[in-house]
Amino acid sequence: MAKSKRLYLYPFWLRIWHHVNAVLMIILIITGLSMQYSNPVYPVIRFDLAVSWHNLAGILLTVSYFIFLIGVLFTSIGRYYVIKTEGLAVSFAKQLRYYLIGVFRGEKNPFQVTEKRKFNPMQLITYNLIMHAITPITFITGWALIYPETIVLNVFGYSGIMLTSLVHTIAGFLISIFLIIHLYVITMGKSTRENLKSIIYGYHETHEGDEEHE
Amino acid sequence: MLPATIGIISLIHGIDMTKPAKIKLTGLLRWIIPLFVLGAAWVYSTASQLNDAYVNDVNIEDLIDAESLECLDCHSAIRYNLENPYTGEVVSMKMYEELRIDPMEYASSTHGSFACTDCHSFEYEIHPHPIEAKFDYEYTCLDCHSAGEQFAQFNFHTIEDEFMRSVHAPEHIEDFSCWSCHNPHTYKLTTREWGSVIDIVAHNNAMCLGCHGDISHYEVLIERQLTNMLSKHEWLPNQSLHFRKVRCIDCHAAVNEDILIPHDVLPADEAVRNCVDCHSTNSILLATLYKHQVVERRNRFGFFNAEITSEAYIIGANRNYYFNVISLVIFGLVLLGIAIHASLRYINYRKRKKMKASS
Repeated sequence: MAKSKRLYLYPFWLRIWHHVNAVLMIILIITGLSMQYSNPVYPVIRFDLAVSWHNLAGILLTVSYFIFLIGVLFTSIGRYYVIKTEGLAVSFAKQLRYYLIGVFRGEKNPFQVTEKRKFNPMQLITYNLIMHAITPITFITGWALIYPETIVLNVFGYSGIMLTSLVHTIAGFLISIFLIIHLYVITMGKSTRENLKSIIYGYHETHEGDEEHE
Repeated sequence: MLPATIGIISLIHGIDMTKPAKIKLTGLLRWIIPLFVLGAAWVYSTASQLNDAYVNDVNIEDLIDAESLECLDCHSAIRYNLENPYTGEVVSMKMYEELRIDPMEYASSTHGSFACTDCHSFEYEIHPHPIEAKFDYEYTCLDCHSAGEQFAQFNFHTIEDEFMRSVHAPEHIEDFSCWSCHNPHTYKLTTREWGSVIDIVAHNNAMCLGCHGDISHYEVLIERQLTNMLSKHEWLPNQSLHFRKVRCIDCHAAVNEDILIPHDVLPADEAVRNCVDCHSTNSILLATLYKHQVVERRNRFGFFNAEITSEAYIIGANRNYYFNVISLVIFGLVLLGIAIHASLRYINYRKRKKMKASS
């Protein structure tokens, strides 16, 4: 019989921040795509509305990001984001093997969630990249595009605004790819709904000695 | 940013992440870097001095004929001396701005090689100018530019037709003529000869704002209150960017395929207001502002409307074929990967469940 333990890993403020952030990201992706592929005949969202919503969501996302950053810097959740290089490559490879092979064989997840470690090595690297590199790049370039007079006019024969937009679009694209994979990974808990329940109610259930995963 | 943030987090939470890397300049680099900075500063200052010397070396007598220089003695000054031919009395008079010509600007303009009397009456050679000179015929553009092979490319007759249809036509605004926008003493071919679109835009918009942004000029032409351009364009997102990157006429004039610069300026309520007229792959800016630069037309492989990307980026108009394909492929592969992964998980889960039940 597997022992079950409830860990409170997602405090209330973090859950609210997470859901607000998700809604803002989805608004930004949809309005961004609508602008990038604007079509006078079949507009997904009217261009001027898409611009206004995108700007507003971007401003709110920046505020939301700094709330998250303060939380990471000054509350206990910050420790989950620290990457220890020792043994990282091995544990990363084990986790990758589990996602590519082990999960189909019903093997035990090599990573066990504890009070000190919430993210497996792949999540740790991905979340750090998304939250501390790609998201800041997206909103910094986004703010620069709201105030384009701050952008260098010409960089080696290319418009500075064009290069900024390119970086902004690529970063936005990477976030949208992350979002899709993130949504899928939700289903990879003990049961398909377990991870979703955790981020809604805040508790994570550990199942020591249990090997079977759906 | 990523290592810095993680470093700060680990410091605050007292976690030893790893030993920080030591950055040390070797002996050679310690000398090369300051020498490079000094060298760059020297090259910059020398180049600036050479440029200043070249500008200062230009002699105006070599550029403008002696007779015209005599005219410019007064017509380039803020004040001039007027002598009474009967009494010899001299008074200092103000030369009004619209009669003043900058000799350097004139010499470098399209008409700069002409003598003043090529266009103005010979009676202007007399000082003070006799009153009869004021009644002489004043040339219009078409007096010189209507015929001749060298002017054919400009389609001056079409320009005149467009102008007569526009809100600037003399039937709407008395005394409005080509000269109202194109000063013959400073006129230069900009769109065809200036490389920089941002400079072309600034030059063109300055022409419009000469009246639409200056109450004294506006009210001389028309008895109407000057509209506040900023509040009138409040609906436009990123107003200052649009004003710097797009000409007024790109939205306010009807496109004509036969001429490079549209002259049929439309009433305000007929101007372009639909964002996607510019922000789409069929951007009207290619038929107006970027018409001259459109040498490669829509390039199927590479950036759509690539001629725009050297100085601007227009969301919706600038897309890249390769990026479109790559992003679609990555997106498709991710979805396909997830579908396969989820299916295999489900199949194996069912299999294991069945085996468990049978054992």
